[in-house]
Amino acid sequence: MNDTRSLRQERFAPVTYALLTAALLATMALCVCVGSVPISLSDTVTAVWRALWGLPIPQNIAKNIILNVRLPRVLCVALSGASLSLCGAAMQGLLRNPLADGSTIGVSSGAALGAVIAMAAGFTLPGSSYGGVMISAMAFAFGALVLILSLAYALDRSLATNSIILIGVIFTMFISSIISLVVTFASEHTRSLNFWTLGSFSGVNYHQVKLLALALVACGGVVLRYSRELNAFAVGEDNARHVGVNVKRVKLVTLITISVLIGVCVSISGTVSFVGLVMPHIARMLVGPNHRRLLPASMFAGAIFLLLADLTARTLFSPIELSIGVVTSLVGAVAFVIIFSRTRKAR
Amino acid sequence: MLQGDHITVRYGRQAVVNDISFRLEEGQWLMLAGPNGAGKSTLIEAIAQGVPYEGTIRWQGEDLRVMKPNQLARRIGVLSQRNAVGYAYTVEEVVGLGRYAYSSGFLSGRRGEDRDHVEQALEMTGLTGLRRASMLTLSGGEMQRAFLAQVFAQDPQVLILDEPANHLDLNYQQQIFSLIRDWLKQPGRAVLSVVHDLSLARRYGTHALLLDRGQCVASGAIGDVMTPEHLNGVYGMDVAAWLRELLSQWE
Repeated sequence: MNDTRSLRQERFAPVTYALLTAALLATMALCVCVGSVPISLSDTVTAVWRALWGLPIPQNIAKNIILNVRLPRVLCVALSGASLSLCGAAMQGLLRNPLADGSTIGVSSGAALGAVIAMAAGFTLPGSSYGGVMISAMAFAFGALVLILSLAYALDRSLATNSIILIGVIFTMFISSIISLVVTFASEHTRSLNFWTLGSFSGVNYHQVKLLALALVACGGVVLRYSRELNAFAVGEDNARHVGVNVKRVKLVTLITISVLIGVCVSISGTVSFVGLVMPHIARMLVGPNHRRLLPASMFAGAIFLLLADLTARTLFSPIELSIGVVTSLVGAVAFVIIFSRTRKAR
Repeated sequence: MLQGDHITVRYGRQAVVNDISFRLEEGQWLMLAGPNGAGKSTLIEAIAQGVPYEGTIRWQGEDLRVMKPNQLARRIGVLSQRNAVGYAYTVEEVVGLGRYAYSSGFLSGRRGEDRDHVEQALEMTGLTGLRRASMLTLSGGEMQRAFLAQVFAQDPQVLILDEPANHLDLNYQQQIFSLIRDWLKQPGRAVLSVVHDLSLARRYGTHALLLDRGQCVASGAIGDVMTPEHLNGVYGMDVAAWLRELLSQWE
């Protein structure tokens, strides 16, 4: 006989993947169609389809807007949303803390500082004007993570998650001040960094789409591979060790992977908060806490949410474009309060 | 099966476990006893490779330090004193984690053998009807049974239990201890547990290690260790008189 406290069957069957993929494609299509210049769905589909197969595109279709402006932006936004949400879900499992996320534990701020310094100093790599910013963002993201974990360990000798979050929040505030200082004393052309620190996908191109896709495939693959280990961590780190998980290796590899992925995201779009914090919670409400289902669901949820946030940012007060971080923070903060109070009541 | 030699665990400069040695042989149930702060849980954490220690702990001659975590988990199952779940995992999912050490990779599903072990563990601990329940809705005793089921599903050769009677009512205490005793009857198995209830220790243990302030006071067969002299010295009271007084309430 089953107990009345039984949870409903939580399946993440192929049909769920199909529905989420359809929802994602529909949102992407919406984001390409809607903007200062409205474009019909049929024109969008025709242009993308013909471009995919190398066929000539009819003159009456706004080819340049679809293929060179909106499509790379939509792809970048979707990939960033999926990446940030995946990182948030993995961190929340690894640290067994629903408040863990790149932005709350200071990794995003570290990456932002790295990117801002690289931009202000004009740091580039041979053959890639953008590589310097990316490398610097990744290095600072990882450095921030190491610093925060070291401080947390020094504080209580146990890497307690509350200590990590507390130090992360303080670190984030500290880094924000440093970034403001760098921006204030930077040359005139880097003043636009202010806008960038709140997040923006304006002017992204296919090169950045490729970089994000590559980072998501490589880093996302590692995180997805550790879904069983993340389940064990989410139950408890001691428990994970007792059932045979190599806790040190899994923790280190996951945290490095997350830092790299967040570093790449931040170097392209700036800091976009709340995606990694809120979207895993929504995905958890849909598919349960098992990371085999949660990680893919979080990626879809993050991509769809960020696409809608970007659409709002560029159309709400058109022709003025808001920073995407403004929209995600406004929506995310409210959503988070609702989710948290519902979760508390459910317990 | 399991042998510890000169184990010392330090927190800073203070040795909370100081030069402890023990042997655990097949069929034995070794009870770790002693007052609060004696170092019992720390010793268990050292055996589970959860804290750094001096000295050596060997499994059939092999140093546990060089064993891979999944190899260790196939041999030694640990029930910790502090168990709590942060997310709404089902009982079955948590018990199923006990099979982690036997899985071959990310894409491998749960094998028939794993399913059998999980079913058996759920049945042994009386949790079959709660298999789909969220861990967040369980009482303390149900949660303790769920983690015990996880350890059974792990199918180890040695059980290490830190206060297995925690949160259990009398009925479940008796059931769980009898269950562990039956489990121990299978060849090639042994149990090491921390038990605060000296009557339970006396009733089920075959051997005992009595600790006080990190040091070994006595070790050997349960009858030789659990003597009034040893216990009174360690607990600073007439233990037998106190237990008799408690029992007299029922006469």
